[in-house]
Amino acid sequence: MITLQHAYILAGLIFAAFALQSARDRANPRRFGNACFWGLFAASFLFGSYLGDVANGALALALAVLGGFRFLGTGRYDGNTPATRVASARRRGDALFLPALVIPVTALLGTVVLKYVILGGEPLIDPRQATVISLALGVAIAWVVAALWLRETPAVAIREGRRLMDAIGWAAVLPQMLASLGAVFAVAGVGRVVGQLATHVIPLGTPFAAVAAYCVGMALFTIVMGNAFAAFPVMTAAIGLPLLMYRFGGDPAILGAIGMLSGFCGTLVTPMAANFNIVPAALLDLDRNAVIRAQWPTALLLLLCNIVLMYVLVFRFGTHHG
Amino acid sequence: MLVLSGIAIVVFGFLLRVNPLLVVAAAALVTGLAAGLHPLAVLAVLGKAFNENRYVSLVFLPLPVIGLLDRHGLQERARMLIMRLRGATAGRLLFAYLLFRQVLASLGLTAIGGHAQMVRPLIAPMAEAAATRATGHADAGTRARIRAFAASADNVGAFFGEDIFVAVSSILLIKGFLQQSGVIVQPFDLSLWAIPTALLALVIHGTRLLLLDRRHSAKSSATGGEPLT
Repeated sequence: MITLQHAYILAGLIFAAFALQSARDRANPRRFGNACFWGLFAASFLFGSYLGDVANGALALALAVLGGFRFLGTGRYDGNTPATRVASARRRGDALFLPALVIPVTALLGTVVLKYVILGGEPLIDPRQATVISLALGVAIAWVVAALWLRETPAVAIREGRRLMDAIGWAAVLPQMLASLGAVFAVAGVGRVVGQLATHVIPLGTPFAAVAAYCVGMALFTIVMGNAFAAFPVMTAAIGLPLLMYRFGGDPAILGAIGMLSGFCGTLVTPMAANFNIVPAALLDLDRNAVIRAQWPTALLLLLCNIVLMYVLVFRFGTHHG
Repeated sequence: MLVLSGIAIVVFGFLLRVNPLLVVAAAALVTGLAAGLHPLAVLAVLGKAFNENRYVSLVFLPLPVIGLLDRHGLQERARMLIMRLRGATAGRLLFAYLLFRQVLASLGLTAIGGHAQMVRPLIAPMAEAAATRATGHADAGTRARIRAFAASADNVGAFFGEDIFVAVSSILLIKGFLQQSGVIVQPFDLSLWAIPTALLALVIHGTRLLLLDRRHSAKSSATGGEPLT
């Protein structure tokens, strides 16, 4: 059975190759910083399951220090000139799209079909992780197809991948680091304290005030935590259930659904949500906050809409009232 | 109260523009110590979560393949494709992508799309090319803006589509948390009540995407811009 562990091995090997090439890239003044950073990331993928929690914690902190104190630089990647690329695009035609489309199509097939394929008595891929595993499978297939067709060695693909990875840099590790912060917050009971504070400080005497505080609180806490999943338990335990549901009689399904989507409005405007906002800015060669600047008016309008929607719907509809 | 010091660190780190990776690591350590945990115990909590969330970073897997195809003109080909399509403007193209992404996400197919596989190699260069073709010229600022909006279409479509699908992780999280608190809700109801916001997201962001064309052509004809290639 192909499991998540196999996808981690593939990722580990790719990052290890990034690290080795980085160490030999003399054009990068901080090449050993890059080598250590991607090397540690590779170690996390390859050996993380066997290292133990404390060692993994030390590894995560080392990544934060290397990434946070500017130990990373960029090097030389020997790309093709624009003229060569245009000529290649003319010569190869629309077939160039095919290897790129192999990745999403495999992910789609994996999620819909492969999940149910049984080989020799056990499933071909771990059905709980079908999407990510089929993504890795798609990458492997696309890589082989592209390398054979374009006659390029793995070293060239690694160099081109490293160009993109170095542009992303430290932001690559931020989503996992935020998950760590969320775990520490949970153990320390931060949510409970925030909840007590919110109910004491904010005047929530009317249903509208409670709805507004819940939606805005979801968005703000998501901005701080970079993730609506971390904000939801905190704000729902603090305002959603005690006030909106038990005191004012709101429907839990409606407040849960629209509450989460209010959190997503926060995700659209926070650099903490690196994988959605900072990573694409790096991939598209944009200023770090360019994606957030494109998104904030939508986020703000949609948050206002959510407040109105919840106020109009939560006390009138829903299955809770029978 | 002391455990809130971590939130204070995040907020001040934000305002002082300290590197977010450092801010988050420092906030985690301080919060753990403030809660009275042994330093090694803090490290263990941090390491366990870091390790369990490695799957988030699998989004970087396609980069070598995408880089390889880029090297051989994938982005240039995406531009050529758009040049052949009459009536394709940046706004219309991005609106179509927003709709496509949102509909697929609402069917649980969030894996189709994404910044590394779709936006960078295909959607962004197509939108840029469409903007250039519409007026003949597009300055660097306009092109950067259009790339940023390509990324935004992917985010908005995924965020406000996925919650319509019953088995997505955020729906399961809502159900799980409410259940812990003694409140039973059906996943179907949660996804049903995600629909109004999803429609508004499509209207609001879709309108902003379509308005890109107007703004862009006004700006272009005023300044003249510069040629694309």
